[in-house]
Parts: sequence; C-alpha cells; structure tokens
Amino acid sequence: MRFSHVSRAFGDIRAVDDVTLDILDGEFFSLLGPSGSGKTTCLRLIAGFDHPTSGSIELHGVEVSGLPPYERDVNTVFQDYALFPHMSVADNVAYGLMIKKVPRPQRMQRVDDMLEMVQLSGLGGRRPSQLSGGQRQRVALARALINRPRVLLLDEPLGALDLKLRQQMQIELKAIQQRVGITFVYVTHDQEEALTMSDRLAVFNTGRIEQVGTPAEVYEHPATDFVAGFVGVSNLVSGDVARAISGSPETFTVRPEKILVREPGAPVPDGLCWVEGQIHDVVYLGAHTRYRVDLDGTGTLTVTQQNVDSTSMDVLAARGRRVRLMWHRIHNRRVATHA
Amino acid sequence: MNAAAASPGRRLSTFFYQRPTLALILLLAPPLLWLGVVYLGSLFSLVVQSFFSLDGFTGQVVRRFTLATYRDLFTPANLDIVIRTASMAAAVTVAAAVAAFPVAYYMARYASDRIKALLYLGILLPLWSSYLVRVYSWKLILAKEGIINWGLAQLRLDGALEWMLGLPVIGGPSLSVSSLGMFVVFLYVWLPYMILPIEAALERVPTSFIEASGDLGARPRETFRLVILPLAFPGVIAGSIFTFSLTLGDFIVPYVLGNSALFIGQAVLAHQGTAGNIPLAAAFTVVPMAIMAVYLIGAKKAGAFDAL
Amino acid sequence: MPFDTAVAKVTTGRPSTGLKLATAAVLLFLYFPLAIILLFAFTTEDATFSFPPPGLTLSWFAVAWNRSDIWEALTLSLQVAAITTVVALVLGTLAAAAVHRTRFFGRETISFLVILPIALPGIITGIALRSAVSLLGIPFSFWTIVIGHATFCVVVVYNNVLARFRRTAHSQVEASMDLGASAFETFRYIVLPNIATALLAGGMLAFALSFDEVIVTTFTAGQQETLPIWIFNQLTKPRQRPVTNIVAIFVIAATFIPILLAHRLTQGTSEVAGTGK
Repeated sequence: MRFSHVSRAFGDIRAVDDVTLDILDGEFFSLLGPSGSGKTTCLRLIAGFDHPTSGSIELHGVEVSGLPPYERDVNTVFQDYALFPHMSVADNVAYGLMIKKVPRPQRMQRVDDMLEMVQLSGLGGRRPSQLSGGQRQRVALARALINRPRVLLLDEPLGALDLKLRQQMQIELKAIQQRVGITFVYVTHDQEEALTMSDRLAVFNTGRIEQVGTPAEVYEHPATDFVAGFVGVSNLVSGDVARAISGSPETFTVRPEKILVREPGAPVPDGLCWVEGQIHDVVYLGAHTRYRVDLDGTGTLTVTQQNVDSTSMDVLAARGRRVRLMWHRIHNRRVATHA
Repeated sequence: MNAAAASPGRRLSTFFYQRPTLALILLLAPPLLWLGVVYLGSLFSLVVQSFFSLDGFTGQVVRRFTLATYRDLFTPANLDIVIRTASMAAAVTVAAAVAAFPVAYYMARYASDRIKALLYLGILLPLWSSYLVRVYSWKLILAKEGIINWGLAQLRLDGALEWMLGLPVIGGPSLSVSSLGMFVVFLYVWLPYMILPIEAALERVPTSFIEASGDLGARPRETFRLVILPLAFPGVIAGSIFTFSLTLGDFIVPYVLGNSALFIGQAVLAHQGTAGNIPLAAAFTVVPMAIMAVYLIGAKKAGAFDAL
Repeated sequence: MPFDTAVAKVTTGRPSTGLKLATAAVLLFLYFPLAIILLFAFTTEDATFSFPPPGLTLSWFAVAWNRSDIWEALTLSLQVAAITTVVALVLGTLAAAAVHRTRFFGRETISFLVILPIALPGIITGIALRSAVSLLGIPFSFWTIVIGHATFCVVVVYNNVLARFRRTAHSQVEASMDLGASAFETFRYIVLPNIATALLAGGMLAFALSFDEVIVTTFTAGQQETLPIWIFNQLTKPRQRPVTNIVAIFVIAATFIPILLAHRLTQGTSEVAGTGK
C-alpha cells in the first residue's frame, strides 16, 4: 500500500499532513502516535471512510481514492468492534459472505472454521450483548478475516481490554497474522504494543510521520526528540549539559537503561562518558528501579536499573545519595529537534 | 472482489459516495420542498393576504397593497377580541403553572422510577388523546343539570356559584356558557403541556445543589425559593409557550363553551368563512403570530429552549 | 434505581401529604372528564346531561352502529390517517437522515422548520393552508386534508427517528460498508432493523395525531367529514347525544392504543414525550 503526499484537512486543521508511506505485502505494520496525531485518520483513508484532501492512495498499484469501502479489498476491525446488535454472532461473522451471496452451506462452514480459529467455537448462536469484551473483539476479528482481505486494518482493537488480556491478545493477533499471511495495518498509541507486534512501524506526531522503521531501529536510533520521548523513556540532553558530557552542544538522546550508576569518583573506562549528580527521586517498579538524578550544574537524567540484587528498601534508601553516572558513548544518539 | 459488483444498486451507491453533497441534497429535497414550499409558502401568502383588503361592494378580495385591513383590526370591537383572548391566555398560563408545579415536583424529586414512568404515561395519554373529546366532555360536566351543579347543590354551595356567574367578564348564563367555564376547560386541556417541561427542568437540578444549599445553612423553604424555583423557571417558561400560544389560536373551546363574545380563533373562522374576508382573517392571525414571536424571543433569552 | 439517587431521595425527605394530595388531585382532574364521557354513553336520556343519569342502557350502541354518517366519517378518518402516516414516515426519515449525517449549516434551521407546523397554533397552519389552497384555485378535498395533516405529522416521525439515529453507533454503518455492502444494502440490513421500532412508534404517533385532528382539518376540508369533524358538527345538534359519546369513546380508544404501543416501543420517555403536541 502506498501513500503519496496524502493530506487530510478539516478546515484549518491538518489531521494528516503530507504523509508518504509504503507498506509491504504480508507485513505487520503499526501506526503509532498519541491521540490526535493522525494515525486513525490515515487508517480511515485506507478503508475509504474518508477522502484525502490531496495526495493519492494506492492499494496493490491501483489508485483507490474514488472507491467506496465496499469496493476495496480491505477489512477493518473497529475500536468499538461495531458488532451488529440485532444479529447473532454467526450472522455477524457471515455478513460479508452473505453480501457476496455465498450459498448458505458454504457460509456456515466458513463461519465455523473462523470461530474455531479465534477460539470461539460454539458461541455462534449468542448475541453480541451476551459476550465479554474479549470475546466481542474476537468476533470482530473473525468477521473481518472471513472475507480473506489482502489488508486488514485494526483501529486500537485492544484498547478496551485489561492488561493481561491485552498481552495475551497481542500474542494471538501476531500468531494469526503470521499464519494467515495477510498485511496488518495496526493503529495504537501504546508504544510497547507497537514494539511487541510490528515488523515495522511509523511514528506519528500532529499529522506528520517522524520516523519509519523496525522496532529496533526506532528504539535504538530515534530520529527526532519526539520519537525518543514517545517510544520508550529517554533522556534528552542539549546545550551546556550536552557540551559537558559529549563535547558538543548538539542535542542527543540516551536511553535510561544504558546508564550505569557508580560511586562518585569511580574510574571511567575508555569509551564511556560520565557526569555526576545527586539522586532526587527513586521509583521502585518491581523488576527494575527508576532513578531521577539531578546533575551538577543543570539538568536531570533518568536512569533505570534492574533489581538484580537489591531490595526495595535498598533502592529507596538511595534517595539523596551522590552518584557518578557513566555510559558508553555509542549510546548517544543525535536527534533532530523541533523548533 | 465482489461477484455482485456490477449491480445497478451498487453503481448508484458508488455514484453517491463520490458525490456526497448531491446525496445530501436529494435526501433533503422532499421534506424541504414540502415544508418550505407548502408550509412556509402558505404562511407567507397568509401574511401577504393581510395586506390586501376586501371590497365591501363586490365581496371580492382586492389584491393591492393597503393597510386598510390592519386599520379594521384596530377598531374597538376587534381590539376587544384580541384583548379578551390575550387575557384568557395569560390567566390560563398562570393557573397552569401553579397547578402543574406540585405534580412536576413530585415526579422529579420523590417518585420512584416505576411510579415516575407510570405518571409520565398517565400525563401523556390525555395529552395525546382526542382534544375535541376532552373539550366536549366538559360541556357535559359543566351543564346546568350536570355533575358539577349537582355536586355543588349537594354541598349547598349553589348560591356561591350563582354569585360567581353573576360577575361581569368571567360570569355568564351558566357554567357551560361562561368565561369561568372556558377558563377551567382551557386549564384542563393544556395542563399536561405545562407539567412535562417543568418536570424536565426540575429533574435537571442536581441533588447536589439542594444538598449544598442545605449544607450552607438554608432551610428547605429557602432552598426552594432560592435554588429550585429559579432553576425550574425555564421549564415554566417553556410550558407557558404552549399554553399561551394554544389559547391564543383556539376556537373550539370558545365555540363549545362561549357566548357571543368572540375569541381570535372564532373571529378568524368567521371572517374567512361566509364573509370571505380572508384579508381580515389573515390580519387576525398575524396577531398571535406576532405575540408569539415576541414571546419566543423573550423565552429564548430566559433559557426556555434548553428545557424543551 | 442507582444507589446515590436512592440515598438522595431518602435524605431529601419524604414528600409532604399536601404534595401527594396535589398530585393525586391533578391526576384525577385529568381523567375525570373521560370517565364522565364513558358514563354518559349509557344514559337513557336523549338530549340532556342531567346528573345523576335517570337510567342506564346499552341501546345507544346499536343506534350508533346503524348510523351511516358515522361509518363514512370513520372510514375517511382512517384513510386520511393512513396516508398521512406514510407521507410523514417518508419525509420524516429523509429529514432525520439528512440532519444526522452531515454537519451542514442549515441543520438547526431544518429542525426549526420541521417543528414549526406543530409549534404554531393549529389555526395559523389551518388558515395559512386554506388561503394558499384557495389562492391556487385547488378545490378542497381528501388530498387537501392529507396535505394539512402530513405537514405537522412529519415532526413526530422526525424526532423519533433522529433520536434513534443518535443512539446508533455510526461505526456500524461503516462496518457494514467495509464488509462489502453498498449504501442500499447497508440500509436494508443494518439501518432499517435498528430504526424499525422508532419508525413504528413515530408512525403510530402520526396516526393518532392525524386521527384526532380537528382544527387544521376544519380549514382544509371541503364537504368531507372526518370523525372529529363529525363530533364537532354534532355539538350543536341536540338529538341523540349519547351517540356522540359513544363515538367519543371510540376516538379515545383509537388514540390511546397507538400511544401506549408507541411508548412501549421506544421504551423511554425522551422520544415520545419530548415533543409536546
């Protein structure tokens, strides 16, 4: 699928601003960004629920802007599932086939197969109102997949589920995608979700794409300060502090888990940079601990350490202690900044 | 792709998908044409007619702009009609507000959900059921030999009734042919129109407001006067729009229960009927339209439209 | 009822007896005349309304049954109401769909326009239509009655259908189209089932409204008599009064039942009560 300089304006507001993007066949591609960043609008443009104000959208080489949703070989899983309340689960799933006038016996057979794939066998006779949130989500998925679209669009489908269920569904969705082999375009504001599931992802900010890449690329090599801050936690170092650490005032970012915490005055091995400060804040998170360190001079750095040997009491006692922070220079990434 | 792709229904649907404004225009055209042309058109023609006049000799409507008809409207006899109707409307409105408030208050504040639903239905049914029948029923009730007179005679109060009927303006030969009787019937038929908006407005007063008022030291009576009443007032105004405008235009009640002292509605009916004086009838109609326009503007300012 | 509402209702105190009495009195006031009508359908007297009635009889029912003018009026009323309902359903649904789906500038104007015929007193609608019809030289007939009725019946369908549209998630329509259904198929399989009960309720209210209407009809009818017009004409005739009562009872029942059904169908007060008449 290809976006070429696509924009969608609502009056003065550009919800999607000159977006150019290629999505490859068979990949799990995420559109990641905060609310209002344009990712859902892009999804709706692909599905056909909205028209771009300028630019073109191609699906398998064919320009689709004039095509209504029912003529595009694309299916959507909606954020609110959009199950038809007056139909049974089986009829919901069979809807696309019914429209295509697939004969009843085949229809029902395929519905059964589909329900089995999403682990809802036997629930065909129920109404959507009788299902739990997780079950409804699967029905929505089944309803979309049964039509064998070449592209499946998912609009924050796991948003309404609780954490454990969400994590489980993430694994299942990824498994289904790999088994069925179709392209998934997945919208989410949860960067952890995007990093877990995607083959590649695009980071959106106020209608523009700031970076496209694999999860590793985006995490390890953020292109802008926004990406660094949005995908994972990161430190943004600029100005005098940057000069003190790296020798140049250009803005760079370094991930908190890359920073080591040592005693003040500890020896610094080759290739590492360092800075000293005082621990201002300690947050105990079970598996790891997050420290906020006020640096001598100005600025703060966030550091995370795994709690390998330390207990909660140990780490919380660290508040106020002076420390020397050091890390490998290669973890410093230059980023483009917004004005 | 779809096997059904080529069907005319789909092609038409795609056609409209690509032209959403056209689709909207087509959706809107029939109702708009009907209401715009038929209804607004006739309203407009009515107002236009009020600027024509009736030639006394030929009995034909003269279609030339003139204010003569409006001059006719302002003769004492006709003005009488307007004032009579407007006063009745005002009296009914006030009485309806007073009578409706307790019921609305009970429904909004005290009734359980089940009782409230029943009360709603109970008020809705008479509202929607035959207006004419309900007016007619009062003819039976107020008749000289009817139940009211019988009841008052039993209570030895018929003397009081005679005295009331003897009063000028509101009295008359009997209860069923008097302004007093008309007043009661108007009150009866429009009462539900007043109860429902007041109930809606009262329901919108959050309980926390009342509790806060009590918390700040106000006694229940003061809370009622200072918190509840002002917040319910838009509902009263909303209800009054109905009672006022419906009374202004009505001709059935005066016909059934009135005497020769005409109301606006009767005047309109009379003039456009045998007399064929449509311009004067139109001019008479413009009066309630004008009064209601002013009233509606005032009501909008008082926030009544949120209570509707 | 939700807990905090229940608590609030308890803590704000019990209603005073005066309040309860007032409420009961008003309800009695509203229904008492209907009871009187019922009673006087059985009186043996022909021309007066003396209370208590001198005797009770069922004979008037037979008389009413045999009066051909009543049957003609009834038939006309039913026909007018039926056609009015169809017209109102179509126009009301179209208007509701247009207003709901698009944010266009005239939205509030449309709502206002639709409500106007019912908000203004019937006499204004009546005489406006009459003067327009006579201006155009059209004879007064069955169709002029229907035009008058349909004009103010549109709003009840419009309100009901619009309220239902608002309660239906739009994502359903999108989902249907996404799954391959054209706009027409979507309407048939998804939209229509969702608004069906609202259409039914609106239709019934429109029917009741039309069946009972007298003021506008007086102006837009020629020589035709609908049932309310018949009653109106009877008011000045002193003979066979109880027959009028019987017809009146019939009209009450014929309007009560659609209202009850409509109320059941919409299962909530906002759609039925919010319009007033």
